[in-house]
Amino acid sequence: MEGTSKILPAERFDVLFEVLKKQGFDIWGVHEKDDALTLAPIDGPADLPRGRIDDTGPGKMRLIDGSRDAYFDHTLPMQGLKRLVYPPQDKVFETGEDYMFTEPPVDAKPIAVIGARSCDLVALETLADVLENGPYPDHRFAERRQALCLVAVNCTRAAKTCFCTSMNSGPRAESGYDLALTELFNSDGHRFLIEAGGERGQAVLDAMSVDEATDKDRHAANIISSTVAASMTRSIPDDARETLKSSYDHPQWSDIGERCMDCANCTLVCPTCFCSTIEDRSSLDGSIAERWRRWDSCFIRDFSYIHGGVVRKETASRYRQWMTHKLTHWHDQFGRSGCVGCGRCIAWCPVGIDITAEIRAISKTGEAVVEAGVS
Amino acid sequence: MKPKLAVWKFSSCDGCQLTLLDCEDELLALAERVEIAYFLEATRTQLDGPYDVSLVEGSISTPDEVERIKDVRADSKMLVSIGACATAGGFQALRNTRDHAELQKTVYAHPEYLDALDTSTPISDHVKVDFELRGCPIDKAQLVEVLLAVLKGRAPVIANYSQCVECKMSGTPCIVVTRGTPCIGPATKGGCGNLCPTVGRGCYGCFGPKDKPNTAVLADQLITSGTEKRVVKDLFAGYTGGAPAFADEIQRLGGEQ
Repeated sequence: MEGTSKILPAERFDVLFEVLKKQGFDIWGVHEKDDALTLAPIDGPADLPRGRIDDTGPGKMRLIDGSRDAYFDHTLPMQGLKRLVYPPQDKVFETGEDYMFTEPPVDAKPIAVIGARSCDLVALETLADVLENGPYPDHRFAERRQALCLVAVNCTRAAKTCFCTSMNSGPRAESGYDLALTELFNSDGHRFLIEAGGERGQAVLDAMSVDEATDKDRHAANIISSTVAASMTRSIPDDARETLKSSYDHPQWSDIGERCMDCANCTLVCPTCFCSTIEDRSSLDGSIAERWRRWDSCFIRDFSYIHGGVVRKETASRYRQWMTHKLTHWHDQFGRSGCVGCGRCIAWCPVGIDITAEIRAISKTGEAVVEAGVS
Repeated sequence: MKPKLAVWKFSSCDGCQLTLLDCEDELLALAERVEIAYFLEATRTQLDGPYDVSLVEGSISTPDEVERIKDVRADSKMLVSIGACATAGGFQALRNTRDHAELQKTVYAHPEYLDALDTSTPISDHVKVDFELRGCPIDKAQLVEVLLAVLKGRAPVIANYSQCVECKMSGTPCIVVTRGTPCIGPATKGGCGNLCPTVGRGCYGCFGPKDKPNTAVLADQLITSGTEKRVVKDLFAGYTGGAPAFADEIQRLGGEQ
């Protein structure tokens, strides 16, 4: 996505917030709370975790002070954009004694997300393939997604758990953003390169009085992205899709089954996992019945319960189902990978199970496992 | 005729019965739909059975209770055991793996007056239970949901997944990952609305084991990352240590000291 690019000095960062607010957006960004990074409503640059970085590994994330005063040297919040467009619980209709079914309005407030990363932008497109672009679009998802103004941030650091490069989904935002920022520290000072990725982003840019970026600025941003890309130690092998097709009986599955707690954390932090269930609730006096969609997970035993019992009884078979869907069948269904390489499933697994290590153990080409297990 | 509801107490602290009284907003609506036939915590009225629904709080820990629960079962069309005592033996089940006589001497000046069993066991060890509601105490919303489901003749919508699902649904960062806080949420059934992790405290399992928990992997991980084995054992041994999955894990970790 090509557009104009501008330079915004860091000390004027609040101008971006003010313009977005004037254009009617609530602003969300990464916020430090309870020793973690979460995506939350924020007011201005002061609410960002400036100077803080995450030390993230399998089953472990600690926030520490970074070596410089950057706004965005940290990596990902625990959960991505999914919560905003596909909330954990959503009432899809209610009915009363008259049996008239009414759908509650979608709470699709215009939200500007400052700091969305490339992997999360790709994840949002991946989710849209499933929920919006097929023959039966989920209009609640679509309306919420369309209400987002996405201000991407190109990563200046990779976490140890990141592997977006091998999934072709980062670290530089290529599409799906309204504006993209790259935070620059150089002889010209602490500044942001801002690139517009569409009309909405251009309108924001036009409303800010900022200088044109130079080739030097764009070059500096490119260097950052390529340095971050080169720093990633984890990856999914190129032949993963084919490998998994012929690995149904691989002994590694039962090995994983011994280590996995089927707690479902991986799927609930995954920015593309979309499984949900339907729950019907009724009021105490029996006058109102409601239908809710609620996040579910293929790691939960009851998820595959049908008449007669649970289809995937063993943890091993549930892990296999999840991983082969992400890396193999998603390609068949939607023409792309279901994994964007954000590494959240590795970081937020309480026992640090690492999808990149597991696929390498299964892969016939089996390169050395990178930092397997829990750090 | 309104269905008859009975609430029974066995070895317990009454906290789960209080949860029913604590329903406040829902209580009046509920009282309109059921006849409260037996609920000594709330009313002196005692109507004879049979009862459509019996809520049973507490564990079986005396010879008298072994007989009494049979009578309750015989008088109840549907029996729902409520709380950690009724579903796992409660923390009075700590005695199950210790020398009961010694414990009695430690606590009571005259243990000869006691008439207690050597074990505290869940209701389902003694009679058929139609549904179990976990928790110490039980969750108000789950209790209302079960009663509502019974009244409507539908299946109750009750969490059957790990505590972690509730943390992730509410957006609570995992304190095992961010702080190394010992938490047995991954092995514990959800349903409380992740009360403890939201205030920075690890789950101590009061809702009991989830379906087929992998307790060994969790315990080993907590120990490897710096939690004392004794502390991990205590987490499993607290409120639902009598539940088989947790009792087995306590044994695997070396048993009670």
